Amino acid sequence: MDKYFVVFSFFFFTVFASLMLPVNSSAQGHPVEHNEQSHDLHKKDHTDNHAEEEGFNTAATAFHHISDQNIFNIGPFHIPLPCILYAPGKGLSVFSSSKFDIGSHGIGHNAVDGYVLYEGSVRRIVDPDFPQGLVKLDGEHPFDLQKVQINGKEKEQVAVLYNNKNYNTLAKSTLDGGVMGGGITNFYDFSITKNVVSMILMCLFLAWIFIKIARMYKIRRGKEPRGIQSFMEPIFLFIQEEVSKPFLGDKWEKYQPFLMALFFFILSLNLFGQIPFLGGANVTGNISVTLVLALIVFIVTNLNGKKAYWKHIFWMPGVPALLKIFILTPVEIMGMFIKPLTLMLRLGANIIAGHMTIIAFVGLIFIFRHQFGGAVGTGVGFGMSVPLTMFMMAIELLVAFIQAFVFTILTASYIGAAIEEEHH
Amino acid sequence: MVFLVEFNVLRPDPGLIVWTILIFGLFWFLMAKFAFKPIAEALKTRENDIKSALDEADHARKQMAKLKSENEAILQEARQERSKIIKEANDLKNSIIKEAKDKAKDEANKILTSATLEIENQKKAALTEVKNQVGSMAVQIAEKILKKELSNSPEQTNFVHTLVDEMNLN
Repeated sequence: MDKYFVVFSFFFFTVFASLMLPVNSSAQGHPVEHNEQSHDLHKKDHTDNHAEEEGFNTAATAFHHISDQNIFNIGPFHIPLPCILYAPGKGLSVFSSSKFDIGSHGIGHNAVDGYVLYEGSVRRIVDPDFPQGLVKLDGEHPFDLQKVQINGKEKEQVAVLYNNKNYNTLAKSTLDGGVMGGGITNFYDFSITKNVVSMILMCLFLAWIFIKIARMYKIRRGKEPRGIQSFMEPIFLFIQEEVSKPFLGDKWEKYQPFLMALFFFILSLNLFGQIPFLGGANVTGNISVTLVLALIVFIVTNLNGKKAYWKHIFWMPGVPALLKIFILTPVEIMGMFIKPLTLMLRLGANIIAGHMTIIAFVGLIFIFRHQFGGAVGTGVGFGMSVPLTMFMMAIELLVAFIQAFVFTILTASYIGAAIEEEHH
Repeated sequence: MVFLVEFNVLRPDPGLIVWTILIFGLFWFLMAKFAFKPIAEALKTRENDIKSALDEADHARKQMAKLKSENEAILQEARQERSKIIKEANDLKNSIIKEAKDKAKDEANKILTSATLEIENQKKAALTEVKNQVGSMAVQIAEKILKKELSNSPEQTNFVHTLVDEMNLN
């Protein structure tokens, strides 16, 4: 966890620096703003936003880049993805996100069935009277972002401009119950998002490799490994000898496929997110994905729990009854849930931190350009950014392997503790 | 450009959850069936093969060592046998030579003895011969002398005869 702290201190330092900058640069940025005013219909509404636009908001950029989206950005190209949206009372809407007429930064210029695309994410217009079907929105940037107070909390309100009227929108429903600022809204998004596409791609890639290797093992039965087979075999054997066998004992063969699937799923997605200029999909850094993995670990662990495991949770032998009722049993029951919860958070937090730090370091270029202006600032920023980013990427490469390994080995240890037979 | 400052990666999204369950579940099931189990099986088979091959090699090596030590023993025995045979042959040779020598010596001695005896005999014979010769010579001489002095005197001849007889008796 030391690495985590280093990363976050770096990250906060950069974010802090970048948050200071828009204030300074808004003064410098006025001439540019005047140039843009001439062709901006909604200049009154946008003045605040444009002031912010002149500065480079590292935190916002980072948040934007690590989040799941309904489009796949590769460099300047937006690959549209299928949208599968469900709104209670309205039903299912299925269409391609290209219908939104995607512009720069994932801004959609059309509304489809009351849905709009903002920063690559689908949002739904609250007003039920908004026309259904394909609707052209106003102008190049048909969105208006305002900070509003809801129950004493400052929230961001995204409104869409249509026929010179503002329509409020809501983000998709999330299951955090408002803890993380989300909650159940007016629609659910079951789209094939960027993360889903990344998962499918990686699973297909892995399946292709593994089936090829399995066939090689069949053909070259009992012979030495060759090619890709000899590249992967040390990893198979490592998981088998260092993870499965020490923790699971005689029953390792039953859980070996699960551990292999976990390890390679996490590792491939960790690494896929690291590839520059390929979308940088942050799949294993999304809590939904790690939640599912942790949930499956929880189910597998508890479904296979033996008598000794449950006994240790509910009635620890050799401890006074009062101690058991008031301390040990509650702690053990909490532990049942905390274990997969830590799996979920550890993997998610590590990958999020890695992605954000890299974005923050790349962002140094823009921060310095705004601070010192022009070529000098860009040069200085570049000189600082490149070595730091390279260093961070090297660390992230290591983290990709370590986190996949840690997730797998901890899973093995949890299952191992659950399936252990009683011995006294 | 305006960004929504939302940390939405920390919000569990039902859509992504459903897709992850589906994709990971399918990946796990299919890979277990078509890749991980056959691979683990193949690895196990190969491990067992290698183990048994090693065991066999070890066994063969032990067998070889045993054979070698046996050979060594046989060789040693042969060597001992050889040296024994050589020694025996040597002894035999020596004894034969010794015997031959002894025999030769005996023979030589015998020859020597017989030669000595022969010589003695011959000597005796020669002496007898000489004695006879001397006797006859002496007789002849005496005859001659006597012939001269005593021609046809019977007393004289008797006397000589008496003398000769005396000599013979001695």
